[in-house]
Amino acid sequence: MAIAAPSKKRRRKIGKTSWGTYAILTVLMVLFLFPVYYLIVGSFEPVDQALNGFHAAVPSHLSFANYSTLNAAFFSNTITGSLKGFYTVSTLVSFIVVGGGLVVNSLAGYGLARLQFRGRRQLLLLVIVLVIIPFEAIAIPLYYMLSGLRNSLIVQALPFIGSAFSIYLFYTFFLALPPQLEEAAKIDGAGPWRTFVQIILPNAKPAFASVAILSFIQIWSSYLWPLLTTSQPNYYPLSVAIGNLVKQQASPNYGEMFAFGVLLVVPMAIFFIVFQRWFIRSVASLAVKG
Amino acid sequence: MPEIVLRNVSKTYDNGYEAIHNIDLTVREGEFMVVVGPSGCGKSTLLRMVAGLESISDGEISIGGQVVNDYTPGERDLAMVFQNYALYPHMTVRKNIGYSLKLRKFPKDEIKRRVEAAAEILSLTEYLDQRPGRLSGGQRQRVAMGRAIVREPSAFLMDEPLSNLDAKLRVQMRSEILQIQRRVGVATLYVTHDQVEAMTMGDRVTVLRAGVLQQCDTAQVLYDKPANVFVASFVGSPSMNLLYGSLSDDGATLKVGSQTINVPASVYASRPGLKAHAGREVIFGVRPEDFALEGLGETLNGHVGHIEALGSELIVHFGMDARNYVVEDKGGSVEEAEELLEATALTEHVRNVARVAPRSILKAGDQVPLHVNMERAHFFDVASGESIW
Repeated sequence: MAIAAPSKKRRRKIGKTSWGTYAILTVLMVLFLFPVYYLIVGSFEPVDQALNGFHAAVPSHLSFANYSTLNAAFFSNTITGSLKGFYTVSTLVSFIVVGGGLVVNSLAGYGLARLQFRGRRQLLLLVIVLVIIPFEAIAIPLYYMLSGLRNSLIVQALPFIGSAFSIYLFYTFFLALPPQLEEAAKIDGAGPWRTFVQIILPNAKPAFASVAILSFIQIWSSYLWPLLTTSQPNYYPLSVAIGNLVKQQASPNYGEMFAFGVLLVVPMAIFFIVFQRWFIRSVASLAVKG
Repeated sequence: MPEIVLRNVSKTYDNGYEAIHNIDLTVREGEFMVVVGPSGCGKSTLLRMVAGLESISDGEISIGGQVVNDYTPGERDLAMVFQNYALYPHMTVRKNIGYSLKLRKFPKDEIKRRVEAAAEILSLTEYLDQRPGRLSGGQRQRVAMGRAIVREPSAFLMDEPLSNLDAKLRVQMRSEILQIQRRVGVATLYVTHDQVEAMTMGDRVTVLRAGVLQQCDTAQVLYDKPANVFVASFVGSPSMNLLYGSLSDDGATLKVGSQTINVPASVYASRPGLKAHAGREVIFGVRPEDFALEGLGETLNGHVGHIEALGSELIVHFGMDARNYVVEDKGGSVEEAEELLEATALTEHVRNVARVAPRSILKAGDQVPLHVNMERAHFFDVASGESIW
């Protein structure tokens, strides 16, 4: 009895704090999820209902009407370009940026973390400085630099393949990986490339997943740069197309915009769900390492 | 079976720091050579230089008669066991052990045969298809050994392979490693900071201090005839008592603090060099077991500070009014000793240790005469720290 009493007390105490924590987390979750919920519900509601403030949050009169008018709009040439085309552009650009970025940035991060060369510290400092420069600040000079490539897929992808943030993320990850793994591989007789591909890569999945997710979200939803560099509808990504939808309509159809918004968000959600297993592991490992 | 030969090997870093100074060392065929020294003495650097993971600034390393200075680690045909094992986390035990064979393009069935044979030796057969993350420390250690033996390399390098294990497992793995090494029979260079490990495992032991080789010989010779005061204090646990003393002008007596003892002629017979130090200050060294509570011969009076009863013997910490010689750069053991001293000191000078028969009637604060076995006492030059022979 004497032993049981304090443990009971302690259990109650833990229960209390976790209820408080859950309450705060629930409030935060509602705050974060409400816009997404609104977007999805709104896309299935008539326009007047969707814009009816909080009443819109209570689903009623649900239908696919917005999606079918959006679909019809693409086929009736009231807006130029095709949904399939926008999807293709966005997908290809994202594929180039994510794929190319994983190769380039992981190698750069690995080099910074492992190779000893003159100017390494300065280079690392430069990378950190570049992380904090907002893209908007360099968009115009970049536009003039790459003006010859306008209206192409490559111009939309090129500036985002090399990413200071991704390099830094890889750098910190590789720094935490024990160097003995590579030394063991060296002694086993593996050269630098084989070591990177067969030993480092399989152990760096969390870093690769994190970079893939973050850069995919960034490029998939980027708007300013494709807006600057594309003027032909067959090179528009989804984000620019949704903007043009608003511009090309005499009065904006919010139902269609909601529907288009859902179409924009769904691939990101799928991508995140596929890679989140490693992403969460990497966030957790970063937290442990402090 | 080849030997490893180091000739005038040095390592100086870009910032001018000399990690290894002009080392000559031969690990004979099939020999188990242990390199021991306090942390930061350069022993790991030396091993990494042999492995080819660290460049050498000067000198020559050869393995089996072949100078390997310009060889990559892979070309040197060595196997290395790392302190943290460095197992590939994403590979099963089978793939971990077989990886080097795969890289050397061995046929698949040969790899399978060799991996399974190694697993058999190391009792790892049932774990072959598990990943290292699921294994215990001792099992991981065995996988690391398996990775080393499977290739039948020309030499083994081991970098403190037991330091991540708990004390009991360490003792067990010590003998397992030795057995495997005997079985495979290749030259082995084994680095540790633990002098007990060094003494118990090494055919020969090399003591390193600040990148300089102090002495290389069998454990018994290191213990009985240390080349200098550093080796004397580093080898042996508890370590040797070192006191300043002055020989009389005729050399017949030694004054230690306020006490004077006779130096028998037999000492001069075995150490003719000591004569030249008559009338001068020397460092007088006595191993803890060379003090006794009963017996004949010279006695020094000590003030008992603290007694550790180990059952088989008593470790008596005692003070004397003589000045102790303190060896710097002795690594962990000196700090531990200092801590213990501070915690237990009754007088300021409880710096000496005697190992005496159990059940002796002694208590803290006692003033006791301790008999010194002068034949087994050591003498060192104060200026150079070298043994006087």
